[in-house]
Amino acid sequence: MSPAQDLRLPRGGAVDRDRPVTVTFDGRAYRGYEGDTLASLLLANGVRLLGRSFKYHRPRGVLTVGSEEPNALVELRQGARREPNTRATTVEVFDGLTAASQNRFPSLRRDLLAANRLAQRYLMAGFYYKTFMWPAAFWEKVYEKHIRRAAGLGRAAGEADPDHYEHGHAHADVVIAGAGPAGLMAALAAGRSGARVILLEERPWLGGRLCMDQDHLNGKPATRWVADAEVELEGRPNVHILRRTTLTGVYDHTVLCALERVADHLPQPPPGTPRQRLWTVRAKRVVLAAGAFERPLVFDDNDLPGVMLASAVRGYLNRFAVAPGRRFVAATNNDDAYRTALDLAARGLDVAAVLDARDEPGPVAERVRGQGIRVLTGVLLGRGRGGHGLRAVDIVNHRGAVLERIACDCLAVSGGYSPDVSLISQTGLKPEWDEAIAAFVPGEAPPAYRCAGACAGTFDLDDCLQEGLAAGMEAARGSGFRMRGRPEPPAVESRPAAPLQPVWRVPGKGKAFVDFQNDVTVGDIELANREGYQSVEHLKRYTTLGMATDQGKTSNINGLALLAREQQRPIPEVGTTRFRPPAVPVAIGAFAGHRRGRDFAPIRRTAMHRWHEAHGARFVDAGHWLRPSCYPQTGEDVALASQREAAAVRQSVGICDVSTLGKIDVYGTDAGEFLSRIYINGFRKLPVGRVRYGAMLRHDGHLLDDGTTSRLAEDHYFMTTTTANAGRVLAHLEFHAQVAWPELDVAVCSATEQWATMAVAGPNSRRTLQAALPQANLSGEWLPFMGALEFDGGGFPVRVFRVSFSGELAYEVSVPRGYGQPMWERIMKAGAPHAISPYGTEALSVLRIEKGHAAAAELDGRTSAHDIGLGAMFDAQKKDFVGKPLGARPALTDPVRPRMMGLQAVGGGARLRAGAHLVADPGDASVDTSLGWLSSVAYSPHVEAWIALGFVSGGAERLGEILYAVYPLRKETVRVQVCEPCFVDKDGSRLRD
Amino acid sequence: MHRIDCPWCGVRDEAEFQYGGDATVDPAPISTDADNAYRAVYLRCNPMGWHLEWWHHVSGCRRFVKVLRHTASHEIAATGYPGEELEVPQ
Repeated sequence: MSPAQDLRLPRGGAVDRDRPVTVTFDGRAYRGYEGDTLASLLLANGVRLLGRSFKYHRPRGVLTVGSEEPNALVELRQGARREPNTRATTVEVFDGLTAASQNRFPSLRRDLLAANRLAQRYLMAGFYYKTFMWPAAFWEKVYEKHIRRAAGLGRAAGEADPDHYEHGHAHADVVIAGAGPAGLMAALAAGRSGARVILLEERPWLGGRLCMDQDHLNGKPATRWVADAEVELEGRPNVHILRRTTLTGVYDHTVLCALERVADHLPQPPPGTPRQRLWTVRAKRVVLAAGAFERPLVFDDNDLPGVMLASAVRGYLNRFAVAPGRRFVAATNNDDAYRTALDLAARGLDVAAVLDARDEPGPVAERVRGQGIRVLTGVLLGRGRGGHGLRAVDIVNHRGAVLERIACDCLAVSGGYSPDVSLISQTGLKPEWDEAIAAFVPGEAPPAYRCAGACAGTFDLDDCLQEGLAAGMEAARGSGFRMRGRPEPPAVESRPAAPLQPVWRVPGKGKAFVDFQNDVTVGDIELANREGYQSVEHLKRYTTLGMATDQGKTSNINGLALLAREQQRPIPEVGTTRFRPPAVPVAIGAFAGHRRGRDFAPIRRTAMHRWHEAHGARFVDAGHWLRPSCYPQTGEDVALASQREAAAVRQSVGICDVSTLGKIDVYGTDAGEFLSRIYINGFRKLPVGRVRYGAMLRHDGHLLDDGTTSRLAEDHYFMTTTTANAGRVLAHLEFHAQVAWPELDVAVCSATEQWATMAVAGPNSRRTLQAALPQANLSGEWLPFMGALEFDGGGFPVRVFRVSFSGELAYEVSVPRGYGQPMWERIMKAGAPHAISPYGTEALSVLRIEKGHAAAAELDGRTSAHDIGLGAMFDAQKKDFVGKPLGARPALTDPVRPRMMGLQAVGGGARLRAGAHLVADPGDASVDTSLGWLSSVAYSPHVEAWIALGFVSGGAERLGEILYAVYPLRKETVRVQVCEPCFVDKDGSRLRD
Repeated sequence: MHRIDCPWCGVRDEAEFQYGGDATVDPAPISTDADNAYRAVYLRCNPMGWHLEWWHHVSGCRRFVKVLRHTASHEIAATGYPGEELEVPQ
C-alpha cells in the first residue's frame, strides 16, 4: 500500500489531480500526479531523505526547486536506461518511473560508510594530494577500490544506451534564454517585430517564478498573464518555443548550444523520436533571462534534510501544492523569505518564526507579524538539529550566543540571490561585484547580448518586466527589425524592499557546508587558505569547491566570500573562477548524436564493393574507404591468400580495385606550367597520350606525395595521388592555383568519386584486357609503357593507362563509376582462361615492396626527394618548383642521411617487422647506434624470403653489408643484407615490349 | 564556433572550413633563395590581435578566403577574395 500524500495540499498547484501516477523510489511505491517532479512527489509523501553526500555520506534532502540542485541526486530508470546523478528537482514523473538513491551502502537509512564522518578529519581539503602519495602499489589495490565505493555518485548503466540522440540546427534573429517574467516580456516584444525568435525554457512550462510565487499582474494571478502570453507566442509563426531546453553554451560569433530533453519525461522515447536533441543555434541577438540562484546560509549542520531554500519552499507550495514540512521556520538576511512565510500562512501552515539577521527588515515584516507570526530580528541560525532530518534549529545572536531552540521540520533559508552569470561569462566577460545585492552581475555585455531580469541583478518584478521589454525590442532592432507597436508590460503592485545584509558565516565549531554536492565546508576553505591556496582558481581545485555536477551554482558566492573573509580582502578582489560550457550537465550521448558505432564516420565504398563482398573479400579501413585486403579461399589465412594472389600476378594475371587512389583533373592552357611548378619534374612537354611519374614536395622541401599524371589533351591533365593524400594534394593544388599563381589559367577538380579504377597486372594482362576491350588496340606500338588511351567503351568513356606498380606488364582501367562493376566482371570473364585472380592491398603491398616503390610508410612527411632515390631528378631541374629552395638544404641532401634501400633477411625464416631498427652490432642496439629502420616488410614468394624497404644511413655505400634488424618490443633480432630497393626485374624489361 | 562570410557562398560555419595559414607571407616561395624561403615557411608572426589568414572552404566552394580575424577575441572584421586588400580596424 502506497503511503498517502500526507503533505499534499487539498487545493491549488499546477499538478493534474485527475492523472495520478505511481513511482517507485528505493523499491517502495509512492503516489503523485502528472505535473509533479520526482522531488515534489517524494516531498508530498513526506520523504525528506533522498541521498547520501559525496564524501561524508551525510543524509541529504531537497535543497532547491530547479536545475541548480546539489543534493537530491538519484539514479533513474533501470537496465540499459539507468541514468545516475539526475536531479530529482527536474525529473518529471510518469507512471511506473523507478528511481533509487545513490551513494549509500547498504541502504539509505543505514549507511555503514557514514562512518566516514568519524574519519572526517582526514577527509579534509587536499585529501587526495595528501593521502595517496605512498606506497604506490596501494593505489590500485586499496585506495581506488574502496574510495570509489565510498566517495562518488551514482552508477553508470554499464550497457549500451538503447536510445537515439540527435543534433538540431537552427538560425534565429533573436534567441531568448529563459521564459520567466523578463524572458516572456522580451519574447512578446521581439515576436511582434516579425523577427525569427527562439525562446528556450528549461522547464516543461513557461513563467518561471511567476508560476511559483503569488504575484498579481494586471490585478489577476500572474499565471493568467503567463497563459495569455503563451497563447500569443504560440500563435506567432515567427516564434518558436523550445520547452525542456537548456542553453548550455555560448560560443564565438553568437553561436549557441542548447540541450532539448525531448523524451526524458516519458518511460521511453516513442518510435522515431530521439531521447535528447542537442541544438546548435546561430543567432543575431541573444537575450539572457536565465534568472538567479538563491544562496543557502552557512551554519553548522546546514545540510540536514528539511533545510531548503526559501524560494524552493514557495515553489513547492505554489506550483506543486506540496508543504515540504509541517512546522516551518524562515531564516533570512533579506526581505524575500518573508514572502515564503506569508504564502505558508495563507495556506494555513504553521510558521513558527521568521529569523532575520538584520535589525531593520523591510515593511513586509509588519505584514508577517500581522499574520501572527513571530519575527526575530538581529538573530542568526546557530545550528541545525536532527539525525536523518531537521527537528529543530538553534538561534544565536551575532556573537554566537545561543538564544533559544525552535522545533521545526522545515527551515526556509535565504542568503540573498546570485544572478546566473555563467552564460554571459562564457563570452569572456568578467562579472562585476554589486555590493547592494552582494553578488556578481554581468556588467556591460558584448553588443549582441543583453541580460535582463534577475540574471542581470534586477529582482523587482516590475523592473524585470520593463528590462525584458527593452531587451526584446533592442534585440529585434539590432537584428534588423522594426517594432510595430510596443507591448505594454502588465501592471504590478510595487514591493519596496529593505537592503540585504550579507552573513557569510555564523560563528560555530561544527560542519558548515558551502558546497553541498562536493562536501566542502567552511573549515576546508579556511584550511586551503592557510596552506597557501589563495587564488580562487587554486582554492577551487584544492577543495573541489564548485567542481561538482552543479558547478557550484548555489555555493560559489558563499565560497568566494568566505575566502575573501579569510584573506581580509574585498570579494571583487578575490574574483570568480572562469565559467565554461556546458552550464548544466550534458550526456555524452547528446554530444555524440548519431555519430556512434558504425555511424561514427562515413564509409566510402568503391563501385565494385558488392563484388568484393560476394567473393569473400576481407576489408581494411583506408581512411574512410573500405578496401579488400585479400580474398581468402577455404583454409587460407591473410598471409597465404596474399601470397597466392601476388604469385598469380607474377605468373599470369591479377586484378585489383584501385578506385581509392586520388584522381584530380587539371584543366587550362597553363595546366602544364602549373604542374611543372607543383612537381619536382617537368610536365609542360609531356605529349598528349603519355603518362609520367611525378613527385611533389611541400615548401619545406619534404615529400608530399607521388603518383602518375597523364596528359589527355593539350589543356587537360589527369593526376593520380596516393589514397591517403588525395584530400591534402587537392588542397595543395587549389591553394597554389587560387592564391599563389592566380595569373595561371588552370582549374583543378577532384575526380576520385567519378571514376572506378582497376589495375590489371601480370604477363597475361594484355591478353586479358584485349579480350575484354576488343574495340581498343592495346598493342605495344599503340599503347607503350607509360602510354594513355581514351576511347568509347560502348556509350561510356574508357581510359586505359599502361602503368605498373607491381613491376609486371600492367594497365590501369578507369570507367565512370556506374560502369565499374560491369567492367570488372567483363575483365574477370576475359581473364578466366588465364586463371585471373583478384588481389587485395596485402598482395599489392608485397608486389610494390618487391619492385621497390615507395608508399605511405616511406612518404611519412619526413623524407626528402634524395631519401627515396629522386636526388638525381631533383638536382637536374633548372626550373623553379615548390620545395626547391628548402629541399636543397644540406641536411636534406646529406649522404649520411638514411636513404631508402632494400633489405633481405638472411639465414633462416625469421620474419621482419616494420619499425625494427638497423644496427651493426646486435649486442649494442640503442638510439645512438641505430643506422636506420625498416618501413615496409613482406614475405616475398618471388624471392622466397622476408624482404623490406627501409632507410639506411649512407644508403648505397652499404650495399651488401650485413646488418641486424632489432625489434626490442618482441626481443627479436634478424640478420639482414642491404640491397638495391628492387627485388624483381631490375632492368624493367617486363614493363616494356 | 566561428561564422565566416565566404565571398562566394555567404556566411557559413567554421566547420565547413579548414585553416589555411598566414596570409601575410609569400604563399609560394619558389623563385628565391633558401633564406627567403626559410623566412616565408618558418618565421611566422604569432600576433595577439588582428591577423590576416587563409581559410579554405573545403566543404563548400573549395575556395580560399582571406579572413581578417582577431586572434584573442575571435572577431572577424572582414573577409575577401584572395587578391583583396582588407583593412585592419583601428
